[in-house]
Amino acid sequence: MRASSEIALQQAALAIEHLDVRFGKGDEMVHAVRDVSFAVDRGESFGLVGESGSGKSTVLRAIAGLATDWTGRIAVEGQNLGPKRTAAFYETVQMVFQDPYGSLHPRHTVDRTLGEPGRIHGVADLDTRIVDLLRDVGLGPEFRFRYPHQLSGGQRQRVAIARALMLEPKILLLDEPTSALDVSVQAEILNLLQRLKREHGLTYVLVSHDLAVIAHMCDRLAVMNAGRVVEEMTVDQLRRSEPSHRYTQQLLKASLGYDRAAVDALETFD
Amino acid sequence: MTHHAVSAPGHRGLHAWLTSDSPTSRLQARCVQVYLGWLGLARNPLAMLGLGIVVVLVLAAIFAPLLAPADPIAQDLTRRLQPPGAPGFVLGSDELGRDILSRLLYGARVTLYVVALVVVTAPVFGLIIGTVAGYAGGWVDTVLMRFTDVFLAFPRLVLALAFVAALGPGIGNAVLAIALTSWPPYARIARAETLTIRNSDFIAAIRLQGASPLRIVIGHVMPLCISSVIVRVTLDMAGIILTAAGLGFLGLGAQPPLPEWGAMISTGRQFILDQWWVATVPGLAIFTVSLGFNLLGDGLRDALDPRSGR
Repeated sequence: MRASSEIALQQAALAIEHLDVRFGKGDEMVHAVRDVSFAVDRGESFGLVGESGSGKSTVLRAIAGLATDWTGRIAVEGQNLGPKRTAAFYETVQMVFQDPYGSLHPRHTVDRTLGEPGRIHGVADLDTRIVDLLRDVGLGPEFRFRYPHQLSGGQRQRVAIARALMLEPKILLLDEPTSALDVSVQAEILNLLQRLKREHGLTYVLVSHDLAVIAHMCDRLAVMNAGRVVEEMTVDQLRRSEPSHRYTQQLLKASLGYDRAAVDALETFD
Repeated sequence: MTHHAVSAPGHRGLHAWLTSDSPTSRLQARCVQVYLGWLGLARNPLAMLGLGIVVVLVLAAIFAPLLAPADPIAQDLTRRLQPPGAPGFVLGSDELGRDILSRLLYGARVTLYVVALVVVTAPVFGLIIGTVAGYAGGWVDTVLMRFTDVFLAFPRLVLALAFVAALGPGIGNAVLAIALTSWPPYARIARAETLTIRNSDFIAAIRLQGASPLRIVIGHVMPLCISSVIVRVTLDMAGIILTAAGLGFLGLGAQPPLPEWGAMISTGRQFILDQWWVATVPGLAIFTVSLGFNLLGDGLRDALDPRSGR
């Protein structure tokens, strides 16, 4: 039994066990993530759902190495991560951020933004690679030397996705990649992500508060509340509306739109 | 197609090339950025007045030997303290019979020399200290900022006086003294900007690409701090000129017979009631140049502000 779960973890693209993340020290310490465990298989899309402040983005930041004060085990492709990330890690795992207006350097052209990771890691034939990547995310070569302020939100997010793909990673961490965009652009970006996943054989970990986005994109999901995973299920179970935990039922009800009775019945779970 | 449009001769072609919203090379992207910044600055008449004054100062300094009607240190004791308009002296002569206009033109060189040397040292040093302190945080930040506070605690002219007194008078030591006392504000500005930048997503993104702290500070943090530092430098320029003039006035800056504006005022002081022009003319020059730099700085602040939407 134990041996087989070890094997499962070895095969997973990303495995997380007993992850705790804390911010601050002493009395002001915030325990943002509590004892979170899950595993994501290769080629899978795994969703993390929860309300604001449930710690779902913090899990991603801990994986990426941006939140440093964590305990537990994070393994990528069977390799345990230490406190410092290596160049090999950055070539395996990349992240797309929530706000495309904040994730691109305002004084760098698209060309520089895309070229920088290539120069750091010594990617060969950078010029062609940049043009190819732009085409991959649906932007023409005329965008190459523009500055972020000349781009719309959707175009910026495409650039951010292209940047994440520059090092040909295997795992993409998507931190609410569409929540800052309008609805029509959201759909375009989600479809783009689906296509890129097929073409590049990527594994996604998608964080969102939007159950519809998760249902569209993911195979399995974990529901987070107050720093804990309250439930893990497949999207099919979600679609059949058979979540077992009451918090998930409440989240599902809330996602169906505003309903007076549902609002009155809202509970807090801690 | 596009190449044809780019190489099309004439003003229109160049203008289109400079305002293109889809540049075709890194060089063009940079030129467009500079040109749009220039257009923003050119819309501000006061800033253009300031720029004009600064350009005149630079031209005066470069072409002083051609423009000056006389040798700035040639004395003619038979024709001392001539009023402006006297034959041979457009702006009059001083107590040793030297032509004030010529001294003024050559004095522009001294002023520009001081300004240029301070500008290439103090802001650069301040920028490095500030961005490193802000980005590194922790004890590095504490040590560097306390070090900055020590320099910030001294009144500028007093510390400059102490330096010059210790190192001996002279224009080089005056520059050193001014540079040593003027970098702390730049460090403070750069640190404050860095603190707002370092937690942004684009810095997190580049960290995730595996960039070293050095690359992040130089390539990503500094370009965003530089515009506020440049603005502050142009606004401080007046203060730098005044400090240099003040040291010259006290006899601790440029030494005679070097035509330095502050030293010129200092000697003119003795005749201020009867021969007012000896002190007034260099005083007006200092005033005009200080005003020019201030107006330019104000305009640059509006044109370079990274938070303005452009």
